[in-house]
Amino acid sequence: MSTLAQKLLQLYERAPQSIAVRLLYNQEPERVITYSRLIDRSADYAAALHNKGIKPGEVVILILQHGEDLLYAFFGAILQGSIPAIMPFLTEKLSPEQYRLSLSALFDISSPAAVVTYPEFLGEVQQAIKPDGSVRVVLVSNQIAPKSEFIASFYETGIKRLPEDIVLIQHSSGTTGLQKGVALSHTAVLNQLESYSRALNLNPSDVIVSWLPLYHDMGLIAGFLLPILFNIPLILLSPFDWVRAPHKLLQAITNYKGTLSWLPNFAYNFCAQKIRSPDLEGVDLSTWRAVSNCSEPMVWKSHQMFLDRFGPYGLRSSAMTTCYAMAENVFAVSQGGINEPVTIDQISQRGLLIDRIATTAKTAEETIKMLSAGHPIDNTHIKILNQHHIEVEDRHLGEIAISSDCMLTGYYRRPDLSSKAFHEGWYLTGDLGYLAKGEVYITGRKKDLIIVGGKNIYPQDLETLATEIKGVHPGRVVAFGVPNEATGTEDVVIIAEVDTDDFENSSDLDRISDEIRMRVTRGSDIALRLVKLVKRGWLIKTSSGKIARNANREQYLTELRAG
Amino acid sequence: MIAEIMLNISMYITTQILRQPKRVLLPDEPLISNGLVDSFNLVDLSLFIEKTFNVYIDNTELNRETFDTLSQLASLVQSRM
Repeated sequence: MSTLAQKLLQLYERAPQSIAVRLLYNQEPERVITYSRLIDRSADYAAALHNKGIKPGEVVILILQHGEDLLYAFFGAILQGSIPAIMPFLTEKLSPEQYRLSLSALFDISSPAAVVTYPEFLGEVQQAIKPDGSVRVVLVSNQIAPKSEFIASFYETGIKRLPEDIVLIQHSSGTTGLQKGVALSHTAVLNQLESYSRALNLNPSDVIVSWLPLYHDMGLIAGFLLPILFNIPLILLSPFDWVRAPHKLLQAITNYKGTLSWLPNFAYNFCAQKIRSPDLEGVDLSTWRAVSNCSEPMVWKSHQMFLDRFGPYGLRSSAMTTCYAMAENVFAVSQGGINEPVTIDQISQRGLLIDRIATTAKTAEETIKMLSAGHPIDNTHIKILNQHHIEVEDRHLGEIAISSDCMLTGYYRRPDLSSKAFHEGWYLTGDLGYLAKGEVYITGRKKDLIIVGGKNIYPQDLETLATEIKGVHPGRVVAFGVPNEATGTEDVVIIAEVDTDDFENSSDLDRISDEIRMRVTRGSDIALRLVKLVKRGWLIKTSSGKIARNANREQYLTELRAG
Repeated sequence: MIAEIMLNISMYITTQILRQPKRVLLPDEPLISNGLVDSFNLVDLSLFIEKTFNVYIDNTELNRETFDTLSQLASLVQSRM
């Protein structure tokens, strides 16, 4: 099979009554979707796109909540040959103005021909569309009429797409993230799924359970395309429901005998700490064979906490697995813990921080327990490079570079960013780590990126928002992440220099910190953990006059330790 | 009674969630839509309420539709006591 559309139609013919997805809701009964229904309803979207004159290869932006319409619109675009890109839906916290700005930015960069959304959201979308822009069609979900039969001409254009053509685009959020639409070909996606299913020993007795959003690679690839294209049952919960009722995930594992799931690190802490015992009545996790920790730094303690809490409910220690992934490689780069337990590498803290070599700890020394992210999946290769892009030895720290048969085609309409991302054919990930006995360990990041709950946040976006607040000295703001062991993810900290010297007058300072908090939350949809206001001159600048994020982060941590 | 509930919840939010113990929360100040409390904190908040007031509030009930301010939350708690 060489394209996703062909693979979908093959499933439609061979297993029409097989269940593709069960959608679970907190307040409503579950929806059972067979391949027959999935393709029929998707074909309705394909027909609508076709009838509105959308051509194969054009981009279609989907602004829909986690649910049936999103599934059908996504596969409908693929069947028709256009390129779907899922935009995160507006949440209750995010301000509509900010969301509109993001939408306009996305329209400028990816030049979509069409947008699919809900009737109640139509006004919002129309306001973001510029008269001379690329968007010709806005499809409204309730106007997609169900056809009585499946008409081949609607997806003929999709069938004719070539394996090397782009099948979908993935974005990360925020003004900066939207600039980088990761464009993936049919071949890249299918190669990834082949290699990754082998790494997982995927088999017909598997059941995948996921609550992850589909605008993120972990949700879209592992928790959506993998099961659907390989005819593995998928139980899909909504991320909005999960965060309010995390026990629903464990109940779904119990009820459907789930075997595979993916979670960002914070979710291990979140589940271990927040689920009430009464909600665990009858829970049986013995079928879970791999819960892969993925998409933010993996912490040994988080695994231990999860295992301690849910071991009594049948969770096996062998189910604690790890994965290193990025959208640029479609998804997985490596997978650990499937055939043998995840390697725990106990290394010297001094060696890691000072010598930049992961050496075995001597006795009575400060140590760090590193979780291995496992071996690279088939046809993906990893090497570690120093600052001159020269490969280093085993156990030496450096930047992780990868090459594979499932790399991105490029950042969509951004050849400048695409060429910068590669060095002699190797993709430079911006992640730091080391290799030992063929397994990869991730120790940090070269790029200034904050990861909160598995979501990538660019600090410059937050700084731009905070600097707009009256009383903050323009441009004198820094944002960074600080790991929090209790939550298993990063706390976002903002430090801002204020124009006043009067630090006794706390009411104005309270106003400034409140406004920063509100502006950042409503502008970026992340919770700001800490706002620190400082006098002019506190922040460290680089020789070129830019705010040095790492140096300021260090200064903050040093002050914190000093009390 | 309701004032006492508000005080209790307000102290929890300022010390445990915002980590700004001196911060004063007004009864009608929007908590969720102003970004003071996010969805991860909501679960903590419901656990705190259950422990402190011995009332059950289902996690799924905690969203901007059921409450956005201290006074709304306190009334919800009181109605279950």
